[in-house]
Amino acid sequence: MNPLSTDTPAIEVSDLTKIYGSGNTEVVAMKDVNLRVAKGEVIALLGPSGAGKSTLLTAMGLINPPTSGRIVIGGVPVLDGPQPLLDLRAFRRHHLGFVFQKANLIPFLNAVQNVQVALEINDTPPRQARKRALELLDYLGVADRANNLPDALSGGQQQRVAVARALANQPSLILADEPTAALDSHRGRQVMELFRKVAHQRGSAVIVVTHDHRSLDVFDRTYEMEDGGLRSG
Amino acid sequence: MNLAAQDIRHNVGRFALTAVGIGLLLMIVLGMSGIYRGMIDDALIVVDRIGADLWVVQRGTRGPFAEISRLPANLEDRLRAVPGVASARTFVSHNVQREHQGKPLRMNIHGLAWPEDKGAWVTLTAGRPLGQAHYEMIADASLGLGLGEKLALGKDTYTVVGVTKGMVSSGGDGIAFLTTRDAQAIQFDLSGEAIRLERAARVQRAVGQDIGQVQPLLLERGGGLSSGIPALARPMVSAITVRVANGADAAAVAATIAAWPDVSVHSRDDQVQLLVHGMIDKARRQIGLFRVLLVIISTIIMALILYTLTLDKIHDIAMLKLMGARNGIIVGLILQQALLLGAIGYGIAVLLGDWIFPKFPRRVLITPDDLWALAAIVAALSVVSSLLGIWKAMRVEPNKVLS
Ligand SMILES: Nc1ncnc2c1ncn2[C@@H]1O[C@H](COP(=O)(O)OP(=O)(O)OP(=O)(O)O)[C@@H](O)[C@H]1O
Ligand SMILES: [Mg+2]
Repeated sequence: MNPLSTDTPAIEVSDLTKIYGSGNTEVVAMKDVNLRVAKGEVIALLGPSGAGKSTLLTAMGLINPPTSGRIVIGGVPVLDGPQPLLDLRAFRRHHLGFVFQKANLIPFLNAVQNVQVALEINDTPPRQARKRALELLDYLGVADRANNLPDALSGGQQQRVAVARALANQPSLILADEPTAALDSHRGRQVMELFRKVAHQRGSAVIVVTHDHRSLDVFDRTYEMEDGGLRSG
Repeated sequence: MNLAAQDIRHNVGRFALTAVGIGLLLMIVLGMSGIYRGMIDDALIVVDRIGADLWVVQRGTRGPFAEISRLPANLEDRLRAVPGVASARTFVSHNVQREHQGKPLRMNIHGLAWPEDKGAWVTLTAGRPLGQAHYEMIADASLGLGLGEKLALGKDTYTVVGVTKGMVSSGGDGIAFLTTRDAQAIQFDLSGEAIRLERAARVQRAVGQDIGQVQPLLLERGGGLSSGIPALARPMVSAITVRVANGADAAAVAATIAAWPDVSVHSRDDQVQLLVHGMIDKARRQIGLFRVLLVIISTIIMALILYTLTLDKIHDIAMLKLMGARNGIIVGLILQQALLLGAIGYGIAVLLGDWIFPKFPRRVLITPDDLWALAAIVAALSVVSSLLGIWKAMRVEPNKVLS
């Protein structure tokens, strides 16, 4: 099987279950979740609070290993239950991009450096990294704030820098957990449309957890989560 | 892009303050070793500068620095007769604490064997060596006496004709060089009344004994000068220093003298060992231990500082891990800051010490070796103290970003 062939899904998860705690405090946050997302696809993950959306997203992001189930990204098996099948950190570096509700920018780096650091982590030479970071900021419309520290940026600007950072290494899978919750609806929609553009132009798969029902038309598909279970919306 | 440098630039004030704090701490570590070295160096100055090959002292003693040693001054002449001896000089040294211009003046009086020894071996910063047998002195700068200044000691007044620098006794008191005669006059100075009483007492003792009755002349002598009664006179000097002639075998000369039943002889190296492992031994060990403690304390303080610096960044470190940063990048961030803090602290310590230590009352001697040693200690200390922070950073999970 050629992992690069176009019909290989960007991500495929099977029978993912996550149980937090044990005994009395046991919480089944996610149960037998199966999901397949093709390259270039943008999907939304909806559901009430506590349904397990973040649990699923972080499991797919390889930062919160499931109790059982399998995760295959770009045709490469990466997790078998909680067991990593390869160096997860290196894999994240090469293939994944994250956006969260909070921008989580590094406070002592300015906007362009925050993007640049993601590239340098991935062994891009500094000069080239800077050039590419500036291009990305330009692409996201915050080039004029490139030299400002995160403190000096508005919430929306910070979030766009965070998106630029997530896109920096041209990941095959972008995971976003309520990325627009802190933005006004106009800015929120802009970010969602940006995800769509990135997915369609670059062939990345984008999975977005959202509560914003007004932007659902942006997505190719939507899924609903409830009590740890996933179903097509 | 260097993350450590960016973080420091962002928190420059805080980082600078921390570096100053560490610098002060390191300055104390440096100062402690300086005090330690200074003490040893001070203690050895006299032994070093006098340049004697052999020290002849009272039999069975390790004097004159270690304990009281008493020798008749005329032993000097006996020693000069030993083959291979180039010169023999009395060694007279004692401390006095007097008042000068309303302030206490503590000094070590060192007798020079006039006329052979005029103090020409003393390095002068001003003035000249002694030019006459009496009433002149060379004073160490730390005594605060200027050239030409007059100082009353005992019944006489002495004029400072030369000023030297850095000549102190093992106790750190500045040395005043006088002729042996003057030094002894000061040492044995008694008030007129005390002398009269002593003479009277002497006569009374002689009267009470047969010999006094049989030898009336003795009564007359007893009432006269102390120095006129050799058998009853005080022991005069604490040691005699001997220089061995060129080409003569010092060990053979020492063996000859050591065979005399009334004296002991020590080589210059013996004397140094006696000083370092005897007189200043406890103070030396005390400071040495204190220095070790200070290094440990510095390590702990620096570890806490670096741990706090790491904790402040723990969220960012989690984010870096989430983005897939290698451990090397994260360790580098903490370690580089630790080393930079150490390096800046070291610089501050050296510069500040350079400025402050000369103002200390006793010598603080910083040798290049000590500077290198401190640099090595600081490097090791920076690495060790960053381990706690690194350990914390290695343990943080990337999903900590979400909390
Ligand atoms: N670290 C944890 N330890 C124990 N329980 C947890 C932990 N994280 C999440 N849970 C529980 O798992 C369930 C799913 O949580 P999750 O964060 O995935 O929900 P969510 O759908 O993202 O909710 P929201 O919309 O509020 O973000 C919840 O009941 C939550 O309390
Ligand atoms: Mg959530």
